[in-house]
Amino acid sequence: MTTPTPVVEMRGISIEFPGVKALQEVDFTLHPGEIHALMGENGAGKSTLIKALTGVYAIDSGRIVIDGVERMFADPAASQAAGISTVYQEVNVCGNLTVAENIMLGREPRWGGAIDWRATRSAAAMHLAALNLDIDPRSSLSAHSLAIQQLVAICRAMVVDARVLILDEPTSSLDAGEVQQLFTVMRGLRDDGVAILFVSHFLEQVYEVSDRITVLRNGQLLGEYATSELPRLDLVSKMIGKSLAVLEELEEAPKRSVAALASTVPYLQAIGLGRRGAVEAFDLDLYAGEVVGIAGLLGSGRTELARLLSGADRADVGQVRMGDTLVHLRTPRAALARKIAYSSEDRKSEGVVGDLTVRENIMLGLQAERGWTRRIPAKRADEIVRQYVAALDIRPPNPDMPARNLSGGNQQKVLLARWLATAPKLLVLDEPTRGIDVGTKAEIQRLVAELAQKGMSVVFISSELEEVLRVSHRIAVMRDHQKIAEIVNDDDVGIDDIVELIASGGRDS
Amino acid sequence: MTAWKTFVRSKIFWPVMALVALVAANTIKTTHFLNIRVQDGHLFGALIDILRNSSPLLLVALGMTLVIATRGIDLSVGAVVAISGAVACSFIASSPNPGAVVTVLTAVAIAVLLSLVLGAWNGFLVSVVGIQPIIATLVLMTAGRGIAMLITGGQITTINSPAYKQIGSGFWLGVPLAVLIAGGVFAIVATLTRRTALGMLIESVGINPLASRLAGVQSRTIIWTVYALAGVFAGIAGLMISSNVMAADANNAGLFIELDAILAVVIGGTSLAGGKFSLSGTLVGVLVIQTLTLTVTILGIPPAVTPLFKAIVVIAVCLMQSPVVRTKLGSRRRVPVMAPVPAEVVS
Amino acid sequence: MTAQDVRPPTGPVVPGPVRRRRPDVSRVLHAVRVDRRFLPVVGTIVVLLLMFTIGGARYENFLSGRVVSNLFINNSFLIVLAVGMTFVIITGGIDLSVGAVVALSGISAASLLQSGLPAFVVIPLMILIGSALGLVVGVMVQVFEIQPFIATLAVMFLARGLCYVISLSSIPITDPTIVWLSSTRIPIGDTWSITPSGIIALAGVAAAFFVLHYTRFGRTVYAIGGGESSAILMGLPVARTKVLVYVISGTCGGIGGFLFTVFSRSGYSLTGVGMELDAIAAVVIGGTLLTGGSGFVIGSVLGVLVLGLIQTIITFQGTLSSWWTKIFIGVLLLIFVVLQRAIAARRR
Repeated sequence: MTTPTPVVEMRGISIEFPGVKALQEVDFTLHPGEIHALMGENGAGKSTLIKALTGVYAIDSGRIVIDGVERMFADPAASQAAGISTVYQEVNVCGNLTVAENIMLGREPRWGGAIDWRATRSAAAMHLAALNLDIDPRSSLSAHSLAIQQLVAICRAMVVDARVLILDEPTSSLDAGEVQQLFTVMRGLRDDGVAILFVSHFLEQVYEVSDRITVLRNGQLLGEYATSELPRLDLVSKMIGKSLAVLEELEEAPKRSVAALASTVPYLQAIGLGRRGAVEAFDLDLYAGEVVGIAGLLGSGRTELARLLSGADRADVGQVRMGDTLVHLRTPRAALARKIAYSSEDRKSEGVVGDLTVRENIMLGLQAERGWTRRIPAKRADEIVRQYVAALDIRPPNPDMPARNLSGGNQQKVLLARWLATAPKLLVLDEPTRGIDVGTKAEIQRLVAELAQKGMSVVFISSELEEVLRVSHRIAVMRDHQKIAEIVNDDDVGIDDIVELIASGGRDS
Repeated sequence: MTAWKTFVRSKIFWPVMALVALVAANTIKTTHFLNIRVQDGHLFGALIDILRNSSPLLLVALGMTLVIATRGIDLSVGAVVAISGAVACSFIASSPNPGAVVTVLTAVAIAVLLSLVLGAWNGFLVSVVGIQPIIATLVLMTAGRGIAMLITGGQITTINSPAYKQIGSGFWLGVPLAVLIAGGVFAIVATLTRRTALGMLIESVGINPLASRLAGVQSRTIIWTVYALAGVFAGIAGLMISSNVMAADANNAGLFIELDAILAVVIGGTSLAGGKFSLSGTLVGVLVIQTLTLTVTILGIPPAVTPLFKAIVVIAVCLMQSPVVRTKLGSRRRVPVMAPVPAEVVS
Repeated sequence: MTAQDVRPPTGPVVPGPVRRRRPDVSRVLHAVRVDRRFLPVVGTIVVLLLMFTIGGARYENFLSGRVVSNLFINNSFLIVLAVGMTFVIITGGIDLSVGAVVALSGISAASLLQSGLPAFVVIPLMILIGSALGLVVGVMVQVFEIQPFIATLAVMFLARGLCYVISLSSIPITDPTIVWLSSTRIPIGDTWSITPSGIIALAGVAAAFFVLHYTRFGRTVYAIGGGESSAILMGLPVARTKVLVYVISGTCGGIGGFLFTVFSRSGYSLTGVGMELDAIAAVVIGGTLLTGGSGFVIGSVLGVLVLGLIQTIITFQGTLSSWWTKIFIGVLLLIFVVLQRAIAARRR
């Protein structure tokens, strides 16, 4: 069987930004009627390659050939006109408009020069139905969750008869049901001859749905493979460039023994703590030297719980006790004064201060604590920063670089350094490994275990249940804004048990 | 990279070049432009005039720089200038001993205090109530002139007080008092922002307020403080301005000074979007604007054409400073067609 | 995993998923079938009605057709300015140059009429001056990526500068067309009347309404306000739209200048100082958010009426000096903004 002529051919693509070579001589081919996964660790160049194809970035050298014709796209509109539809990782929709308006924006059917709203709404409803999405076209988009907004973005991408559909990390905010929904639609489109480019960090998803895989590392092409012919460990080792043995060692991080907990008195007790509209009243005891994982589906209230524990949000009911004292965690500052640090799940808008240097980002927490009058002496700041850059392997190791130039994984490490510098006794980590490559993930997980061993109390939230299981001593399970169960993470506890708990709602079967 | 190269690539390059060009043009036209002579133990000269005339604008622009750095803006400074002058002059005019130093000092104290309160009011609206700065300060800008009129009873209040006149036109150690005051405030703000952590925290709040909050930065206090400072500095400027004419004109005092101040800040390289700020840049911006005004007169451009000339120069500087032009001319590095987009959670 | 290892849920078990209580305002609106987006405009309408009621109760002849007609007639130029400003503010920008544009088109028209050009040539010309300046702003904002505040500030200086070059003193207009436009009143019913200016203003509002809600251009304007980078990635013609929005505002400035010239029968370089702030205040009081993305021209028109009504009330009161107008406008602005903020906070 001959392979059909490729619909997209990218040859020798190079793009350079200030201080970093994002892509070096990368080749990429996409055939019609295939789902092609693009993989690589953070900073590998996946997003850059896509933006080069869709005209968002100008390429420094190389050629792009669409259907045998060499093309140069000046802007996203040009690539859309050529039949390439994209749904970016940053959900590009307009919250101030309705669902129907978002779907049909720029393509509203007209009647005599004016927009025909009735036709627009019914067209939108039709497209939503084609994807089996039960969303009211008249509703305002901002009233929906991020997951729904993303599905609307995908629906919009399908409105034009695209020959190429690019999905850049579409599943990071979708729950299992929505992912399957998406995959069903993707397979349908593939069978219709559409070429789908699928970027994802989730290994299982890639193996489930893709036909071919292209791997990038550090802006260079490592290779293109048929999914069925590439074992998982091969793929992962190619991506992180470490040997298999080391990888297995990282995967087998020792589970701490439950009996080795230092103290029997909880460091912090949440009693009937809750916030209206965010999370129902819950009890949680946190001990020094213990990692408590929070597991649950998207939207189950994990982040809301974390924010209550760390003062980012104010509780409506309940109380928090530390030792014998009743404490009021009204603001993050109050929590930090009590040695509680919180690493938000949204590192871009709530974590990294982009234009400040790496040094300033790391020292921010410590400096805020001291107040603006007492500046931390430059020498001491340098020392602290140097320590953390080395300990966490922050790359590039240049403390004067603006933090926004770092890759996602390194930005996360900078944030961790910031919180660790404040010497917290309780560290609340919300999705610290989201959007990060396997190697750095493992580093962070190991770090968490070390911190607990040294006596820190850690709360660890992740959508990846394997990760939660690997790292936690105890696991609190959440569903629908409620803490429904708490289990001790023994050797015989597995993903199935947690999934079962969520499914059954915590009631004993 | 050598210091020269750093300078050429920095945002302050074109404003400084503009300043140099203006001074050069003036010197060519009037050879004694750069002369500074000493008379009666005081310094005189065109350059001295520029510095003295810049003082009120510099004060306002300093406050404006800090406010803009926190992602805010203060449109009410003109109104505060008017109110400050009105209060001081009304007090002196209605006091039994207008010439006494005590009276003047009391008037100054009252005016500065009131300006502090007004600035704090703006800060309250922005940091506690959470109103957008442009609207919050628009309220005082609109109502403020009315308040100033109220204080002066609709009249232009003239006073006769040699002690008060010192503020705007006096000298100390040979240097105009106004220049010393403005210079002193500049030094204080510079020390405050760079020797303490205030500068970094202001920048942090301006660049990413959410992240700053989570990091424990007292955003509310910082924002409140910068607006209060902007108010105080505007109040001092108002005293200088009314002292120069020995009168309080509620309608015209400080008219458009906020626009000049914002322009000075932007020319100096601080972005209106907040974040990193440059006090020396603001200083250069103020000098450019003042020198421009003087240049127009020296070059013999008829007064009717002055604003147009000024406008063209302003537009030229803005274009020169725009990111598009800077990359085409200065940097060897390429900038992407569209910079990487940060994740926006639409909610 | 044995039964003993599972700690029973320690929190109270609430049946069913968490329900968010709808805020009461939303309930009322839902009952009246008003989309929540219209809430700010509803607020404006309430204030307008309140002011009419208070005025009607306090002063004789307040609720007459003459008063309301005059409200439109005297403010028709501001209505047009506010309409143009609405476009710009929805995209998240601002236009500080409109006052200067009004003055420039006025003084150039007066000057041209004085030198003998006929009105039918001068009128389109004065509107085009506004469009041209708007184009300059648009290019500065879009091509040179200068912030709208600064760009429009610079063009404001430019327009004023050009004004002073043309003439420093006021130029009266005696052209018959202008005089006719200025003095004609078209009666509607017994007590109401309208001028050609008013008709032009209302036509402008209708056109703007159509464009914003029934053309792709208008939807793109809203989309840019919702998120410019999103709009670009969605493939919308953002660059073109942003430039056009400022051209529209400039054109409205030109038309406003025309209407103001008709109103004052003269051209003068120093008019329009602060007019842009009146336009912005009207737009804000009319419910448009300065952050962009939402707002309606109808709201802006109502905002203009509110401002005009304040002036009317003060005139009727007679005992208050004119500077109280400024104070009242400031206070009203504050109240509106705080209310908008309170509503936004509850929604979260």
